[in-house]
Amino acid sequence: MIREAESNSNAKIIHLENAQKIYQMGSSEVKALAGVTISFERGSFWAIMGPSGSGKSTMMNILGCLDRLSSGRYILEGRDVSTLDDDSLSELRLRHLGFVFQSFNLIPQLTVQRNIELPLYYLGWEASSSAERARELAEKVGLMERLHHRPAELSGGQMQRVAIARALANDPQIIFADEPTGNLDTVTGKEILGLLAELNKQGKTIIMVTHEMDVAAYARQRLHMLDGLVERIEGGDQ
Amino acid sequence: MRQIKLARNILLGIEDLLLHKLRSFLTTLGIVFGVGSVVAMLSVGEGASKEAMDQIRKLGSNNIIISSIKSIEEESTSTTHSHMGIYGLTYEDGVRVADTFKTIRQVAPVKLIRKEGRLGERALELRIVGTTPVWFELVQRPVVAGRVLIASDDDERAPAAVLTEFGARKLLAAENTIGQSLKIGSDRFEIVGIVKSESGQAGNIQIPDQEVDVYIPINVARTYFGDITARMTSGTFEREMVELHQMIVQVNSIEDVEPTSKGIEDMLKRFHKKKDYLVSVPLALLRQAEATKRTFNVVLGSIAGISLLVGGIGIMNIMLASVTERTREIGIRRAIGAKRRQIISQFLIETVVLSIIGGLIGIGLGVLVPSLITYFAGMPTVITVASIVLPLVISFGVGIIFGLYPAVRAAKVDPIVALRHE
Repeated sequence: MIREAESNSNAKIIHLENAQKIYQMGSSEVKALAGVTISFERGSFWAIMGPSGSGKSTMMNILGCLDRLSSGRYILEGRDVSTLDDDSLSELRLRHLGFVFQSFNLIPQLTVQRNIELPLYYLGWEASSSAERARELAEKVGLMERLHHRPAELSGGQMQRVAIARALANDPQIIFADEPTGNLDTVTGKEILGLLAELNKQGKTIIMVTHEMDVAAYARQRLHMLDGLVERIEGGDQ
Repeated sequence: MRQIKLARNILLGIEDLLLHKLRSFLTTLGIVFGVGSVVAMLSVGEGASKEAMDQIRKLGSNNIIISSIKSIEEESTSTTHSHMGIYGLTYEDGVRVADTFKTIRQVAPVKLIRKEGRLGERALELRIVGTTPVWFELVQRPVVAGRVLIASDDDERAPAAVLTEFGARKLLAAENTIGQSLKIGSDRFEIVGIVKSESGQAGNIQIPDQEVDVYIPINVARTYFGDITARMTSGTFEREMVELHQMIVQVNSIEDVEPTSKGIEDMLKRFHKKKDYLVSVPLALLRQAEATKRTFNVVLGSIAGISLLVGGIGIMNIMLASVTERTREIGIRRAIGAKRRQIISQFLIETVVLSIIGGLIGIGLGVLVPSLITYFAGMPTVITVASIVLPLVISFGVGIIFGLYPAVRAAKVDPIVALRHE
């Protein structure tokens, strides 16, 4: 029984309990998250969907440790992170999380290699080993010969590959993808989604925010949000 | 390990700055000119004060100079017809001073007489300086030719005379002047040596020496010329009796200078009815010059400080603009996991690197300008280690102080907002 409970809690990489995020807009309060309770399992591939204002971006920021809950609990890998300070949250992002954004968010003045190395720089890796790692990752996303180019010289798809390589640099358990295909054409978008699905197969937990049905179709589970609450869940065994 | 990391961060900072070469250069311009002016001003100031200090130091920092002056009472009565002015230091004073103070190493008495001198065809008014060999030790005069006065000259009352280079030139003396005879008044003296002339008289450093000085043994001066001098001025006959015109006293150490000069002053006050003497201390002049230099440096320092302040504000402005421009980059770094203090150090290092590079260029400029001043205007300039190290330290400080605010602003950026920033 105990062992089962343990493995059960281990399986839940993310657990939100009555999560609320309230913004003060002038005199009125806006509940971006109005009490969400949900668990994501290790190795799952989720799409968080919903119309704008449904709270999916807030959900993403909370789960990505970029923001803190107003009330409720957030258990990440069995650890309550609801009340951690800024430095500890930064440390969490640095060691356990990876981010892929709609607008790629590469640093324009750095080369592809330097962009990929960025998390390693903050992890305090030595220059030679992080260069080695950057090459490895560039190969993985198929950008080996672009290592010394700057982002402006790349296509959108290539930039998003760099972003994925960078998200993988610290070998995170969870990758957050915020509209990762939003700025890409359909063909390139499919390539990127394929890459994410591939990573999921390799064991990464992926949480993706999107409002497009065909993009969400790549995820194995879909969380529909509305007005800061879970509207319904599709797929998986739930 | 920490040093390696810092070195790497500095290199990354330099890389970032090199991406905006023109902007970085323009940003540092304020510091360049600020530091440049500090270095240039310090070196000009240092040059001016060193010149003054050197001249004062030549008078000897261990020396006390006692001069005879006309007392105020004497000044007012001396116009009376056929009055004889008797004032100043006496031979007795000389002996008394030398005997009273244990701190005194040696004393050189000086007796001044104006006489016409003649060397061959050339005649000139001379200032005869009757003194002892000690004088040449206290007021350092390198020998150009021959020798200075020696003890036996004084003891044997030898009619020996030492000329200055300047005097020798005025008298049209040639190489073979040594051994020739110089006629002073009606007496003949043998020229035994030539010493370097001093620019300026004791205690009066500004006026170049225009006297033609001839040094003779003081005992010779006493026996040949006596203590009374007579002069015709505007129809009246002025007569004065002065035994000693000056005494140069050397004490054992710098610490003895001030107490001894006070003691001499007190002693003279007791033996002289009128204040017909003046005790001056080159060390005091030195102190005064040092104080003047300090004031000078404070004034220059504040001017340079203002230009550095302006330079610093310039850097801060550009860095603030850079923070706004790079908001998104900050957001990305924060999302990836950079802590606030890592963002602070990134921007701080950039500002410090900028201001130190500016400082180095400024030092180059500040070294170049004084050498141009020396070359074209002939003003002495001195570049000291301090005048280079200080501005470098200041520019580092300016970088820290004016970089801190933009860096803190950068660290306060909310990553969520920053990531949406266009």
